[in-house]
Amino acid sequence: MNKPLRRIAIFCGLLVLALLVRTNWLQYVQADDLNTNSKNRRVLIERYAAERGNIIVDGKPITGSVETNDTDFKFKRTYVNGPMWAPVTGYASQAFDANQIEKLEDGILTGNSDQLFFDRTMAMFTGDEKKGGNVVTTLSGAAQKAAYKGLGSKKGAVAAIDPKTGKILALASTPSYDPSTFAGYSGKDEKAWNALEKDKEKPKLNRALREVYPPGSTFKVVTAAAALEHGEIDDINAATDTPEPYILPNTRTPMINHANGCENASLMKALEVSCNSVFAKLGDKVGRDKMLETAQKFGFNNPEIDTPVRAAASVYNKTMDRSSNALSSIGQFDTATTPLQMAMVSAAIANDGKLMKPYMIDRLEAPNLEVIKRNEPQEMSRPLSPKNAQLLQQMMENVVESPSGTGGKAKIDGVKVGGKTGTAQHGENNSKRPYAWFISYAKTDSGSPVAVAVVVEDSSGTSRDDITGGGLAGPIARDVMQAVLDSKK
Amino acid sequence: MSVVTNTTTIGAIDAPSRRNTELMLLGFAVVIPVFAYINVGLALDGKLPAGVFGYGIGLGLLAGVAHLAVRKFAKYADPLLLPLATLLNGLGLVMIWRLDQSPRLIQRAQKLFGGFSPDAPKQLMYSAIGIALFVGVLILLKDHRILQRYTYISMAAALILLILPVFFPAVNGAKIWISLGPFTIQPGEFAKIIIAIFFSGYLMVKRDALALASRRFMGLYLPRGRDLGPILMVWAMSILILVFETDLGTSLLFFGLFVIMLYVATERTSWIVFGLLMSAVGAVGVASFEPHVQQRVDFWLNPFAEKTWAQSEQIGQALMSFGSGGTLGTGLGQGDSDLIGFAANSDFILSTFGEEMGLAGMMAFLLVYGLIVERGVRTALAARDPFGKLLAIGLSGAFAIQVFVVAGGVMGLIPLTGMTMPFVAYGGSSVIANWALIGILIRISDTARRPAPAPAPSPDAEMTQVVRP
Repeated sequence: MNKPLRRIAIFCGLLVLALLVRTNWLQYVQADDLNTNSKNRRVLIERYAAERGNIIVDGKPITGSVETNDTDFKFKRTYVNGPMWAPVTGYASQAFDANQIEKLEDGILTGNSDQLFFDRTMAMFTGDEKKGGNVVTTLSGAAQKAAYKGLGSKKGAVAAIDPKTGKILALASTPSYDPSTFAGYSGKDEKAWNALEKDKEKPKLNRALREVYPPGSTFKVVTAAAALEHGEIDDINAATDTPEPYILPNTRTPMINHANGCENASLMKALEVSCNSVFAKLGDKVGRDKMLETAQKFGFNNPEIDTPVRAAASVYNKTMDRSSNALSSIGQFDTATTPLQMAMVSAAIANDGKLMKPYMIDRLEAPNLEVIKRNEPQEMSRPLSPKNAQLLQQMMENVVESPSGTGGKAKIDGVKVGGKTGTAQHGENNSKRPYAWFISYAKTDSGSPVAVAVVVEDSSGTSRDDITGGGLAGPIARDVMQAVLDSKK
Repeated sequence: MSVVTNTTTIGAIDAPSRRNTELMLLGFAVVIPVFAYINVGLALDGKLPAGVFGYGIGLGLLAGVAHLAVRKFAKYADPLLLPLATLLNGLGLVMIWRLDQSPRLIQRAQKLFGGFSPDAPKQLMYSAIGIALFVGVLILLKDHRILQRYTYISMAAALILLILPVFFPAVNGAKIWISLGPFTIQPGEFAKIIIAIFFSGYLMVKRDALALASRRFMGLYLPRGRDLGPILMVWAMSILILVFETDLGTSLLFFGLFVIMLYVATERTSWIVFGLLMSAVGAVGVASFEPHVQQRVDFWLNPFAEKTWAQSEQIGQALMSFGSGGTLGTGLGQGDSDLIGFAANSDFILSTFGEEMGLAGMMAFLLVYGLIVERGVRTALAARDPFGKLLAIGLSGAFAIQVFVVAGGVMGLIPLTGMTMPFVAYGGSSVIANWALIGILIRISDTARRPAPAPAPSPDAEMTQVVRP
């Protein structure tokens, strides 16, 4: 009977071996997958186990933590002025995960990041409570407040950048939400979350970074930049050979001008009053490929603009025909951009042609306030030469300064302001209310401290004919620029 | 020439009894869980747990009593079995106590049952009863061969034990409990021992008939019906009962037990082939009409599926628990294995070991089980009588299969079936029955290792003297 006994012994050994192999597979090979599984509550428990670090603006935290009596989550996230800062912070909810900075910098905020390994080890020896580190943003409280207040009950977004560095100064989106209403996981939090999810106005959408709009006439500055860069125009004050009406190439469709005096207008004049015909013709002359080249240098078609919150890619169609290219040159057809992208365009022009990479995290701090990582300004590209940038500045400043210019409402005393309005049609056959755009920058003797893009999506209460970029979006841009200028004093 | 006075070759030298080795190992088996207990207390409250002295003394006392009983009644027994079982039982107690401290589980119990009562003290009591039964087996069972006499009685007993739960209400979907007043008993745990006794007794008598008096059919030897009939019937009935009681783990255990013992008794490999074929047919058959089984397989293949998460959550939580333990574990008392919720300290207690002691701890832990099985198989090899051999291999095979089915189920290696991890899981029947199982194995090993009695003085030695011429 001993031979089968030995075989049974081997069989039992194999059973144990199978278990040993399996436990190695689970706990070594698959451990990371299991730990990052979205259903793994430990990630959440860990996220709220210690006091979470804060997101800081102007030296003051815009987030906070309160202790709870919960068995799973010791702390709960709170927000200071939640709706205003939501497009910057994102949310951190015990029930609904986290997003934006709260998610991307979770490691620092919870204190679990490898970068904090040394601090954790030290805390273990000194017996200190574990604490999270801080995320210090580049934002300006004053600019953000001006943007959020300016948008008010209107639906829209504002993005403001420091052109010299690429620091994001304001990032507002309305209607907004208060992340503290669903920071916990009670029934009340669930109700708040579901209400936000169902809301047709999409308050959770970060319009400044994640929504693309047809840019309308604001895109004309890109067309002008392409024309200057590719040598189609040398003298901005020389008359262009533009007929009235201008017929789109290969079609019988005439380009409608809302402005007067566009026939053979100079580039300067065409931008001042926003002539569609001049820019459509110019875009056609530059050609799709060269238009595309300039647009991409400004950041179009780039799906990886990480601030670190990733911005949606702005679109300039790569394969369209001539007439579509002409339409795209005035910001119609497929052309679509995020408010951040238009702020980048304005910033590159204000910064004499150098586009800085936009970013909103200045530095990461350990719990003991030691700097772990500091973001330095980075050049992203050079969409246009300094000389051409200055020509564009002249034209954009003319838009604001000239009595017949469309951007008069953005004027600020004692400061040079350049701007461009836009009223973008959208919807089938232009059925919906147009988007009102305004992009601008302010400039002092020491260069430009701020470039802004404002879009007002749907402005209930304003009669349709009054919706113009200059009238609706211009004052908001002015207030944001004013706030930045004031805070520099 | 010298005078040869003794012609026997077998000396009457005592084989080493190894009782002192056992005592030393038992020391470790008590000290390690006590340290684990202290570790949990320090991790949870930052101070020495209040019950540590009581626990240490209690476990030490139980181990001491068991050791004295072995020293007195099974002097030559295997020295490893008792310390290994004590170590597992001690660690199980610590883990159950650790889960008793979980605020999450306390809250859950209060929400569901309106109150919470800790399980660790009850488990300590069950362990004491288990060790009492262990001592009882050693005292009353002077020789394991006595059990042969009860072959058919044990058959009847096993069937009754298996049928009884049908008359009691199902608990959590499985009809595997009988409740007597405040006590609930899981008879399957005891039935596994009793049915091994029946198989051993029957097969010992019939093994030659089964192996030799057979017809050849398609290259396989099929025994005569009157030889195979009774055992096949008992086996089939157990499986059917268990399937109706939806106790899948135990039916798998009984099937494995049956095949192993038949193979060992007849030494015919065809039984293995036959067994595998039957199990394949059985598995497909059961799975095709039993939605319960289909569901289990489904959860096993896709534990994280969104659609079934509400029901498969437990297995998913167990897997994440293992993952979270990683290589070295979170440390005792510092894991979140209590997220498993229901049955965290019984069917799923292995997850807590996995999370808090990590891969390193799990490997050591599984090897302890492996060692128990190995000592059992060694006992079977050493046993001198076929009944002892069969019983020892049956019990250790059942033990190995149970460990594999439970651990494999919790770790997602095979579909989850719901049995208890011997010695560590919370549950009276399991602890008590497994202590009895170890008791029987120790008794067999004692008989096996006992030195042969000194030969009687040879009467010829004096008669055949060489007479010098």
